[in-house]
Amino acid sequence: MGNRSIVPFGPQHPVLPEPIHLDLVVEDEKVVEAIPSIGFIHRGLEHIVKKKDFNDYVYVAERVCGICSFMHGMSYCEAVERVMDVDIPERAKYLRTIWCEMSRIHSHMLWLGLLADAFGFESLFYQCWRMREKILDMFEMSTGGRVIFSVNKVGGVLRDMDHEMLSNFIKQFDDMEKDIIELTNVFLEDYTVNTRLRDVGILTKEQGLELGVVGPMMRASGIAFDTRKLKYAAYEWIDVEPVVATEGDCYARTYVRIKEIFQAFDIIRQAVKQIPDGEIAIKAKGMPNGEAFVRVEQPRGEAIYYVKGNGTKFLDRFRVRTPTFANIPSLLETTKGAQLADVPILILTIDPCISCTER
Amino acid sequence: MATLMRFTKTVMKNLFSKPVTTAYPAGPAKVQERTRGQVSIDIDKCVYCTLCAMRCPANAIKVDRNNKIWEIDRFGCIQCANCVNVCAKNALSMDQHYTSPAAKSVIVTYGAPKQESEKEQAENKSEK
Ligand code: SF4
Ligand code: SF4
Repeated sequence: MGNRSIVPFGPQHPVLPEPIHLDLVVEDEKVVEAIPSIGFIHRGLEHIVKKKDFNDYVYVAERVCGICSFMHGMSYCEAVERVMDVDIPERAKYLRTIWCEMSRIHSHMLWLGLLADAFGFESLFYQCWRMREKILDMFEMSTGGRVIFSVNKVGGVLRDMDHEMLSNFIKQFDDMEKDIIELTNVFLEDYTVNTRLRDVGILTKEQGLELGVVGPMMRASGIAFDTRKLKYAAYEWIDVEPVVATEGDCYARTYVRIKEIFQAFDIIRQAVKQIPDGEIAIKAKGMPNGEAFVRVEQPRGEAIYYVKGNGTKFLDRFRVRTPTFANIPSLLETTKGAQLADVPILILTIDPCISCTER
Repeated sequence: MATLMRFTKTVMKNLFSKPVTTAYPAGPAKVQERTRGQVSIDIDKCVYCTLCAMRCPANAIKVDRNNKIWEIDRFGCIQCANCVNVCAKNALSMDQHYTSPAAKSVIVTYGAPKQESEKEQAENKSEK
């Protein structure tokens, strides 16, 4: 048995812009245990719901996270709509779906870039972010914001995308897809990249089920489940099958996310083909009274929203269970027995978003 | 060998293409028609109803109904455009340019008596 020592990792760390702290118990270069501590950026956003009109809280809900911002805003609206029993127009549902999937592409491209950065492939990192930039431009064109969109409201959406804009986007996606195939092939086939990803941080299906893993990390361990199957926004009219891999290592997680980018392109194409004309919002009358749960599939996995209203314009409770929070136990499991140098990659492959975990 | 050369094509393309980034502020920034930059007010239309101040999620707007003053904290504002949507008089709109960075907070006052409006002009100038 080697010498045991403790190496602190984070909350400020060169490879990870997220403030998570791990105390790594190492034996020589091998990690025996990881002890997490979170809570560096708690902002108390859930509590604000008691002080802000439920209609205005949408803009706060969006700011729970800077990457899945659209989905946070949307899921909050869906939850309030369920409480108030409002059925929003179909066109609004489709628009939400399109923006959701665009967020997914943007998030996964961002993540691929960070992963490349973590194993030291700087030019690949910048190439991934170059592609992400195009999506951000499209967001700005359609919503007016690059990362925070402010297009959701209880009862629908605030902005429409006309036919011209949608077909322009589809054309751009066709071009992007070619570029992205070229880039992602580097992740999937490059020899050096493979040596860093293959057989690192294996999470078996059994472990995954036991630890309640969610999202791409779950699907990479062979569990075929996708919350988009549960019908929110317009997903009930859209054909989506979970992308699954069975190895459960870092390579499998990368593979799943890459395939999800192309799946997102496909979903957007389906949505644009099916989108009906009509209103984009209806007026939600009355005040929310009652409670509702909403489960959505964010780029990082399943997020759960809970809303409880009391018949006034201030809600009683708003609660978010974010995917990163659910994935931290699996992260700790995978770090056991890993090399110290692999820890940044292991943390990255759960695609951590600490800001939304701590709200 | 082939697996080692996966990135070569991208590298070659990159060597012979123009930079994708723009040299801001030497060149103009890219903005879109819908870009939400900063809130601007047409003070003549405003009736000081305080609705925008009440509905602002960041409490960035202050409206003094008695003295007819409309005030915004530029860096307190989170550019959500909620005030623009709720204003019944259509006095508010969203500019496409952002507030320039500053070391101090920028509070801009509109609709005040003579003295204040001079101050406001000076502030407006320094903002640009
Ligand atoms: S809501 Fe419009 S009219 Fe009312 S105070 Fe604000 S800017 Fe003025
Ligand atoms: S844009 Fe939003 S944050 Fe800014 S002043 Fe208007 S309501 Fe407040």
